[in-house]
Amino acid sequence: MSRFLIKRLFSATLTLFAVSVLTFLMFFALPRDPVSGMCPKNCSPERLERVRDDLGLNDPLVSQYAGYMKGIVTGRDLGSAQGGRCDAPCLGWSYVSNEAVSDTIARVLPVTLSIVIPAAILWLLLGVGLGMVSALRRGTWVDRAAIGFSLTGASLQLYFVGAVLLLVFVYNLRLLPVPSYTSLFDNPAKWASGLVLAWVALAFLFSAIYARLSRAQMLETLSEDFVRTARAKGLAKPKVYGRHALRAAITPVVTIAGLDVGGALGGTVITETTFGIQGLGRTAVDAVRSGDLPTIMATVLIAAVFVVLANVLVDLLYAAIDPRVRLR
Amino acid sequence: MSLSPVEGVALAEIESDPDASAPAAKGVVGRSPGQLAWLRLRRDRTAKVSGVLLIFFMLLALAAPLIEMVYGIGPREQFQNLLDGFGMPLGYAGGVTGDHWFGLEPGLGRDIFIRLIYGLRTSLFIAFAAALITATIGVVLGALAGYLGGWFDAVINWITDLTLAMPFLIIALALTPTVTLRFYGERGQVSAAFGVGVLIAVFAIFGWTSTARLVRGQVIALREREFVEAAKASGAGLAHMLFRQLLPNIWAPILVSFSLAVPQFITSEAALSFIGVGLSDETPSFGRMIYDSLDFLQTDPAYVFFPGIMIFALVFAFNLFGDALRDALDPKSSR
Repeated sequence: MSRFLIKRLFSATLTLFAVSVLTFLMFFALPRDPVSGMCPKNCSPERLERVRDDLGLNDPLVSQYAGYMKGIVTGRDLGSAQGGRCDAPCLGWSYVSNEAVSDTIARVLPVTLSIVIPAAILWLLLGVGLGMVSALRRGTWVDRAAIGFSLTGASLQLYFVGAVLLLVFVYNLRLLPVPSYTSLFDNPAKWASGLVLAWVALAFLFSAIYARLSRAQMLETLSEDFVRTARAKGLAKPKVYGRHALRAAITPVVTIAGLDVGGALGGTVITETTFGIQGLGRTAVDAVRSGDLPTIMATVLIAAVFVVLANVLVDLLYAAIDPRVRLR
Repeated sequence: MSLSPVEGVALAEIESDPDASAPAAKGVVGRSPGQLAWLRLRRDRTAKVSGVLLIFFMLLALAAPLIEMVYGIGPREQFQNLLDGFGMPLGYAGGVTGDHWFGLEPGLGRDIFIRLIYGLRTSLFIAFAAALITATIGVVLGALAGYLGGWFDAVINWITDLTLAMPFLIIALALTPTVTLRFYGERGQVSAAFGVGVLIAVFAIFGWTSTARLVRGQVIALREREFVEAAKASGAGLAHMLFRQLLPNIWAPILVSFSLAVPQFITSEAALSFIGVGLSDETPSFGRMIYDSLDFLQTDPAYVFFPGIMIFALVFAFNLFGDALRDALDPKSSR
């Protein structure tokens, strides 16, 4: 088990390293002059040159990359123009927002977490529950309704659902405030009411997919011999379905959930744009629009970290769900 | 890459049966698996309805200039005289009239119906082109990786993991303007065709890995079969092996994944246009229209609904058809 874990962690680190190199090359080495984007309009040539020097853009690429990575691990000195000492994890300095990128990230990351984690809990419960119920009641109206729901949900677009929800609940019925983020610890009620539409929209679309998948998996599992054996030896239905069958059916769901949650944590770009909430995804979009390279780099890296970590977590969960995996 | 969350499901469902060779029909007439699948597809009501709908959409897209002629209004024509002082369309439901079936855009006063028709054309073209390219790259690289194994397989696998770890939307968002700048400079007038080309290229770079994964798995399942060994023993070359021996056995899941990839690309194109990359305002596109319309959510909801419902109908039809196709191609399917 520990060997398996070490192997996974090693390959995860390798992937992250490659993502960082690729992103670095893509954004720092492409012909577009990074400085012109970072410097506000009408920079004088001297100022441009100074910025370029501050950023170390006149250094060779390899040492730029090494400096950047070193900053993440140990922190580094960026020079007075960039706020001086930058503690680890140092992600650079943004000339657009005039603050350390790590401060920006620290501000917007809780927003994205607050959107994704409750939404993920909602969509997993709803999706897997619906899939289970429709598999157990196969062919009845419950099943047909669930299939209809999941087909519709899988074809709807988040921005459209979001727009409709906004129109109905915020603008017409005035049941909810305009979506916004308040810290959970400051005011839980306001936190929830400001984000609930985003949760519902995400959960609706995602649970559709999970309902489909878990229904298919459950149907397959229900026809397996061990389910019949369990029933034959007199185990109660809830126990057979809830413990034996569900456990076998849920593994592919876990894989996809890991990818989805990891991907969503890396930035719910569409959700945040639709509801006008400033999280990681929106920050990335803004950074791209204003050519704010250090921020782009940081958001891409963080997104990659979430996906890779989620993958490792999925592997661990596999081992917990399926004892056969542990033997490898 | 994860263009949309549907992908994983589709894969998981497609990969269920690698050698879906239908048993020969009993009776006098022998039918090929393809013929059997076609028969099943024709008998399926969902497939018929969604298939007809898809053909209708494609005809609409192909005949866009013809429709423009009959309809008498172009996608860039502005009808400022039909807007009120605030730039909002006069009349009900966003200015729906006999002349303007779906009303007018607030602000510029362009006709929504004809813009949707042209948007359909853009969307479908990009989606089909991207799906074709990704399928081709994915099939070739996936088959090679599965058949050759070894270091080639390891590299392809690793690249697949890598693209999964990259946030597609953000990278695409950052890459598109950079590439455009490289070709056009700071002030160049970007042509519509170039924008479309860049989008297709971005989809191709990120999209081929899922097909490659699928094909690789299928090929690995077939690799040790007797017929492969027999072909090898009689001296078949690599190309013959891949395209004449292996590929004919796995075209069914590839076809299904292709049919489900098209709606994914439609969605991704709209999503990219929605966050403001991709196509310029000149080229009508669904995502772009919805993005523009969100500003008028309270004042002119009809403007949000027409493109929203159109794109839903299109993706819905594709998904239904893809499902029906999978059922038809899977001999074990119980439906």
